[in-house]
Amino acid sequence: MTATAGIVFRLAWRNLWRNYRRTAIVLAAIVAGIWAMIFMIAFTRGMIESMVSDGIRSIPGHVQIHHPDFRNDPTVDNLMPSPGGELAAALGGEDVVAWSSRVRVPAVISSERGSRGVTLLGIDPVAEVPISFVADDIVEGRHLENERDRGLILGRRLLERIETDVGKRVVVMTQGTDNEVVDRGFRVVGVFESEIASTEEAFAFAGRAALQDLLAIGDQVSEIAVLGKNRREAEQLHRRLAETANAEVEVLPWYELNSYLGTTMRTMDGFVIVWIVVIFLALSFGFVNTLVMAVFERVREIGLMMALGMKPRTILAQIIAESLLLLAIGLAVGNILAWATIHLLSDGIDFSFVGEGLEIMGAASVLKPSLGIKDVLLSTAIVLGLGFVASLSPAIRASRYHPVAAITKE
Amino acid sequence: MDSVRCVGLYKTYKQGDQIIIGLDGVNLEVEQEGFACLQSPSGAGKTTLLNAMGGLDRPDGGEVYVAGKRIDNLSKGQLAEMRLHNIGFVFQAYNLIPVLTAMENVEFVMQLQGVPASERAMRAREALNEVGLEGLENRRPAKMSGGQQQRVAVARAIASRPAIVLADEPTANLDSSSARHLMELFAKINETRGTTFVIATHDEMAMSYAKRLIRMRDGKIVEDQLQET
Ligand SMILES: Nc1ncnc2c1ncn2[C@@H]1O[C@H](COP(=O)(O)OP(=O)(O)O)[C@@H](O)[C@H]1O
Ligand SMILES: [Mg+2]
Repeated sequence: MTATAGIVFRLAWRNLWRNYRRTAIVLAAIVAGIWAMIFMIAFTRGMIESMVSDGIRSIPGHVQIHHPDFRNDPTVDNLMPSPGGELAAALGGEDVVAWSSRVRVPAVISSERGSRGVTLLGIDPVAEVPISFVADDIVEGRHLENERDRGLILGRRLLERIETDVGKRVVVMTQGTDNEVVDRGFRVVGVFESEIASTEEAFAFAGRAALQDLLAIGDQVSEIAVLGKNRREAEQLHRRLAETANAEVEVLPWYELNSYLGTTMRTMDGFVIVWIVVIFLALSFGFVNTLVMAVFERVREIGLMMALGMKPRTILAQIIAESLLLLAIGLAVGNILAWATIHLLSDGIDFSFVGEGLEIMGAASVLKPSLGIKDVLLSTAIVLGLGFVASLSPAIRASRYHPVAAITKE
Repeated sequence: MDSVRCVGLYKTYKQGDQIIIGLDGVNLEVEQEGFACLQSPSGAGKTTLLNAMGGLDRPDGGEVYVAGKRIDNLSKGQLAEMRLHNIGFVFQAYNLIPVLTAMENVEFVMQLQGVPASERAMRAREALNEVGLEGLENRRPAKMSGGQQQRVAVARAIASRPAIVLADEPTANLDSSSARHLMELFAKINETRGTTFVIATHDEMAMSYAKRLIRMRDGKIVEDQLQET
């Protein structure tokens, strides 16, 4: 059998280079197709990747814990006690990189020139560092020093909208418990920028204790953001925390907290397969046509090989080997070129000139294509699998030749 | 035991609504180490008979035995297996696989037979020497003359050690000196190796080499005689 495999491979290889020009043209098309396939997948993966990681940083965290009613009614009426006992112990688990409890309320921020509604977050700036984006993105002034800090951090856009500045005072107004409105002056101590412009207008940050004070809610919090090792392990982390937590809180993973992100991630896998199949179908016309011609031109020698005792299924194997060999070469070269392209672009592609468009989708304006081994293996498997199916018909036709009729064909 | 034995072979072809008789009750035994020529004008059924004996085509009636085993009722795959191990073929033309060298063409059948590489190479080289092609092992068919190509086919046929070599008009595409050369080669191999040959031809010169002359007409054997060579 190995000797037969040897002759099958040798014939496939030699026949491939027999019509050098034709093979070169088909190969060039396959390489271009595979390149486009892999590059496009990597590009889209990169886009989704940055979308999701930015998304997770603005959730923030891989898992969050709330009062069960908080997500329907995110006000001070639905708070939970600061984590203690079993939950605190669970949060100390080794699959937790960091966690931070926060107070989150809707608020109105007013300067002398204008006012705006925002989501006001009371945070512990130190615990928050690994979890959310604020600390990295302070572009002016300073960050909050600790949870008792009485300063306020605003986004660049909001600052411009209400025409205030670092060092100036603004009034923060929100609803306390018992529906009464509370307000207090805060000094703007820092400004953050975000790649996603709307974030700059939507969020403001204060010290958690300062906000708890203002709201007179003791040490109660609105949410606990938990960062795990990576987002793919969020499911296990979520399960573990959900098991520990009591029924008075709700534990949710990122893909449920932001179902748009979760759906996007899942859709992406489907998109990859569709894209691979579409490219293959485009290629298969030229590819199958070449194969049919190659078989047709060789009727006589196929007849000869059969007469000499080569079995029909070996003929079949030889034609299929020939087509898979062609695809394999195309895959190898196409993948190498795609990898090289992606490597060259590893600093990211600056899309700021069309930035607005991408921001709407929640993606940053610098994209880094991201090539996963899983996608490479998947595309290779699909292309070879479909290639096999596409070459079956000419191969079966060749294997059904009658040796006498084939040999005597003019 | 005979190398090949045919009993009451019938074969008809349909062409439109016309029925053409290919073989019409052929009985024939070719003994081991025999050297027979099927001789007739064109269209008498030589090729049809060779194809039936070689398992390339099935007769409509009758029985064919090769090396004592009945082959006319075998399946397509079984026939391929039978040809691989028992029959050496030399056709009129297009005998060789264009993408393989002379050596590789000779090795081709042995490779399918599963002969180990070293033995294969040895037997192929020996056969190529025997047909006078030493030095041309690495040539592709396109770079060889018609006579040389036929001799590669002969080398391939004998290297795989078949029960019988069937040659259908092997000299038809050759000039007379190459044709003579080829027939001398057949005779020599029959002499030295004892290989059984059945050669279909309508070439007088080629016939003169045969030890046995079988004359056909309209799908029947009309004369079967031994001759001095
Ligand atoms: N495939 C075929 N279809 C129709 N008729 C055929 C076919 N093959 C052979 N014949 C006919 O059968 C007869 C015998 O042919 P063949 O065996 O080729 O004779 P030979 O080899 O002696 O020239 C001829 O009349 C030929 O025309
Ligand atoms: Mg004939």
